[in-house]
Amino acid sequence: MAKSAIKITEGNKTYLMGEQPLHVLNNINLTIESGDYISIMGPSGSGKSTLLNIIGMLDQLDSGTYQLLTSETTTLSEESRAQLRRQHIGFIFQNFHLIPRLTAFENASLPLMLAEKTLSKRHQIVEPIFKQLGIAHRLNHLPQQLSGGQLQRVAIARALVMSPNILLADEPTGNLDQASGHEVIELLEQLNQQGITLLIVTHDKAIGKRAKRQLTMVDGQITTDTVSQTSKSDE
Amino acid sequence: MRLSDNYHYCYLALIRHRIRTILLLLAVAIGVTSVLLLTSLGEGARLFITQEFSNLGNQVMVVLPGKKETTGGSVPIYGTSPRDLTIEDADALSRISTIEQTAPIIAGTALVSYQGLSREVITIGSSTAFFHIRNLSLSRGQMLPQTSNVRASAVCVLGFKLKQQLFGNKTAIGQWLKIGGQRFRVIGLLEERGESMGLDMRDMVIIPIRSAESLFNAPSLFRILLTLKQAGSEAYTEQQIRAVIAKRHDGEDDISIVSQNALLTSFNKIISLVTMAIGAIAAISLIVAGFLIMNVSYVSVSRRKSEIGLLKALGASQSEVKRLFLTESSILVGLGVMIGISLGYSVVFIATQVWPNFPLSIPWWATVSSALLAFIVGILFSWLPASIAAKQDPVIALRGY
Ligand SMILES: Nc1ncnc2c1ncn2[C@@H]1O[C@H](COP(=O)(O)OP(=O)(O)OP(=O)(O)O)[C@@H](O)[C@H]1O
Ligand SMILES: [Mg+2]
Repeated sequence: MAKSAIKITEGNKTYLMGEQPLHVLNNINLTIESGDYISIMGPSGSGKSTLLNIIGMLDQLDSGTYQLLTSETTTLSEESRAQLRRQHIGFIFQNFHLIPRLTAFENASLPLMLAEKTLSKRHQIVEPIFKQLGIAHRLNHLPQQLSGGQLQRVAIARALVMSPNILLADEPTGNLDQASGHEVIELLEQLNQQGITLLIVTHDKAIGKRAKRQLTMVDGQITTDTVSQTSKSDE
Repeated sequence: MRLSDNYHYCYLALIRHRIRTILLLLAVAIGVTSVLLLTSLGEGARLFITQEFSNLGNQVMVVLPGKKETTGGSVPIYGTSPRDLTIEDADALSRISTIEQTAPIIAGTALVSYQGLSREVITIGSSTAFFHIRNLSLSRGQMLPQTSNVRASAVCVLGFKLKQQLFGNKTAIGQWLKIGGQRFRVIGLLEERGESMGLDMRDMVIIPIRSAESLFNAPSLFRILLTLKQAGSEAYTEQQIRAVIAKRHDGEDDISIVSQNALLTSFNKIISLVTMAIGAIAAISLIVAGFLIMNVSYVSVSRRKSEIGLLKALGASQSEVKRLFLTESSILVGLGVMIGISLGYSVVFIATQVWPNFPLSIPWWATVSSALLAFIVGILFSWLPASIAAKQDPVIALRGY
């Protein structure tokens, strides 16, 4: 197996709620190898999203270290954190987070724009991905003209345009019906098979079970960490 | 992010949020326009007063009969006169080297009548010089004859209002009317102009001074107006006038002389008061406009906090996000300021066309300060929420509140 993609040691995150500090992440130790397929499950409020946000560098640890690929992120400048985010991480949100005034193409090509790619280059990159995700005919539609499943595909396309090493999805099927949720999961799994490291936070046990490695969080701690035998054979 | 993409992103934000953009533009434009209009009103009032003052002529002096204490610079109206000023006195004054023109004035009220209509009005007896010194212009006809100082002639010039009252829209030039029982022919009509230095010229009739002398049966002058050839010779001229009159009045110095300097002090008080009022008007309207622009800018950017969070989550750095919002608000405020300034100047232009008598004028400093204020406030209060949101970790901004 390749070297570690993600390595968190003694990660802590607390929120002060009134008098009492809320230990949202309690001494987390987690190593994830490149190409892994991981699901994170657990009760609401257990810190799943917080952990995923920290991995995606949308949030920061209070204490502990977080190594992403070869970089120790806790000491990096804001500028280089932005660059790392842009280059290595694709993030998929439960509520899509598309900009309503921008078309599907414009939304999906935002990371490329931030990476200073020319417009023709952006077309070159985005269009095949849209084709792969089955939304090629929706390039110039506004978000309000798309279905939930299509919106999430646009969001996935946006997460993929920079060819990230790591794809993070926080309840990607949470706002979708069963069928389109299933399709989205299959898409993500295909991407994982092509080598991307995939982390999915989910409440859906059926989806969680499909991952090769399944984590359960309770009260800010990782309580179980199982490697599924059946899925392993896929590799 | 490339510069062209930076602009394109802002362009899309402005063009596709059309309502928001229009409302913001309006807020900035109305803010700027209101400052311009309010200050132009104040400035118009100030100009109106200075114009009235300068209507008196640049280097005008007034000689009045009688000694009068001129404390406080107020204009003495009637002096108690031990010895009258005469037309001959005025002629003598006109020979002083520094004096350009003299206009002796006899004033009184007389019944003016024409075909059964009659009005009791102020009747001024004077000469051609009076028209020049008071900057009176005619809408029709001619001024008093040059010989007014020498002999009586039965001609008159009517003020605007008086002409309307007696003749309506009929031709007045060439008609004969009666002033105090004597017949006069109308030879000229004054242009409409409001009150000038406390004298409503619209409601008057002007006749040759020699005619007035016989009409009122008194040779004594109400006052003598005179103009100087050049500024700065007031002191010398005053000395000369007193010497000439004293010689003619058996050595008595029994006149009062009011120069522009004396008038200036009282006018300066009014003008400084008006100027202060304009300053206050400008300050208040700038503050109101500032708050308006501040609020709309702040609210419109704060509502896009989640967009800022998303951009950061997609790999935009703090400075890139700030630059985006700075560009957007610069374009917006810049456009708004331009619209506001054009709107302000157009309204003032139209107003001056409709009411040419009132000199509305936008002071340059109001334009500069309102534009600057709009820029600073508009950009500061879009930049502030944007940079606060951009500084946070993306999760916080993404939540959008
Ligand atoms: N900014 C914050 N301030 C205070 N408390 C917070 C903040 N963000 C998260 N929390 C708390 O941290 C805890 C973990 O939140 P998190 O979103 O990680 O839970 P989760 O496991 O994703 O839950 P869910 O399954 O409902 O999404 C929650 O109790 C939440 O109330
Ligand atoms: Mg969550």
